[in-house]
Amino acid sequence: MKSRHKKLALIGAALAVIGIIAALVLNALNSNIALYITPTEVAAGKAPKDKLFRIGGLVKEGSIQRQADGVTIAFIITDTEADIPVHYKGILPDLFKEGKGAVAQGRLSADGHFQATEVLAKHDENYMPPEAAKALQDAHARGLEKQANDAAAAADAAKPKAGY
Amino acid sequence: MNDRFNLYRFASPATFYPLAGRMIPWFAAAAVLFGLAGLYLGMLVAPTDFQQGEGYRIIFIHVPTSWMSMFIYLVMAFWAAIGLAFNTRLSGMMAQALAPTGALMAFLSLWTGALWGKPMWGAWWVWDARLTSELILLFLYIGYMALVAAIDDPRRADKAGGVLLLVGVVNVPIIYFSVKWWNTLHQGSSVNLTKSSMAETMLWGMLLMALSFWMYSIAVALTRARTLMLERERHTDWVKAELAETQR
Repeated sequence: MKSRHKKLALIGAALAVIGIIAALVLNALNSNIALYITPTEVAAGKAPKDKLFRIGGLVKEGSIQRQADGVTIAFIITDTEADIPVHYKGILPDLFKEGKGAVAQGRLSADGHFQATEVLAKHDENYMPPEAAKALQDAHARGLEKQANDAAAAADAAKPKAGY
Repeated sequence: MNDRFNLYRFASPATFYPLAGRMIPWFAAAAVLFGLAGLYLGMLVAPTDFQQGEGYRIIFIHVPTSWMSMFIYLVMAFWAAIGLAFNTRLSGMMAQALAPTGALMAFLSLWTGALWGKPMWGAWWVWDARLTSELILLFLYIGYMALVAAIDDPRRADKAGGVLLLVGVVNVPIIYFSVKWWNTLHQGSSVNLTKSSMAETMLWGMLLMALSFWMYSIAVALTRARTLMLERERHTDWVKAELAETQR
């Protein structure tokens, strides 16, 4: 084995060791690296007590309630398994919408709601013109309707059999 | 031996210097062409986004600079490995020539990201895994440049810098996969080798801009490498001949 090949092998081995160390460190720090925890994790009691933390998820459809003053707002953050009611007073980003992602910083209050001091919007990685987005939405609605019709038809078809 | 084309010939600064000089104008021209095409597609042809309106168009700078900041680091680490293993003169110069461009790309990525984050997310900066690891990348570039500049002997500077580059290379996959591995405010990737979640003209505009930044990076890195070659090899015959040529 030539010395330069030995060196190359040594560099490769060193890189592998560094990679393993990095993986172990990152794994150990896992919970500190995550920017937010989910409502399910809060429900499981993983939320820090009396300390600021962030929760993230979707803003539940139909949950936004604005007060008359225009800056006080209540909404629900959900990961579809668990819900957390959030209270917030302040300015919201434009992309904050029902059914879209949001990350809120604050702390849990005694009655179980989350008192937020900052609310950020989290958007997804899809980029398309509004017409394409509308077409997708319409197709999705048609799909749901068709599903409902099929289910109704299947129920109808099943009925006479059941009566037989 | 001389009758066949030998690629290793260009590992010598004396032969690489004129070759680099001939290549630079082509890469510069390609950067301008791809850049014009990319800007035209991105700014004038690509449609408005359904969520972010016109604001999303910063993606045509943000994503290419982010890609280049990671890619340039990988190329520097490659040259560092070659330099440490084979003790070649040129590899250290190539790594050094790339560093300022890599740092510029990392800085632009963070800066355009902040400009984009404020209107869309509501924050200039959050300490999420993607943003933090990209900031570490910028610090790695700056640290490398400072380390190399602090050591007078260029061969020793290359060795020390090379070790730093190789240690830091673990950060690149962390940046890339951060949005998959952890909860982040930054959204996931829109584009990878197999799929894209962008409208077609948006995607093409972005890819053309990425090509433009790529060609630009090669052109400026080669220019810088030529200066480094002259500086480091100033006592050799080929540099003296080269300088005599230009003075004539």
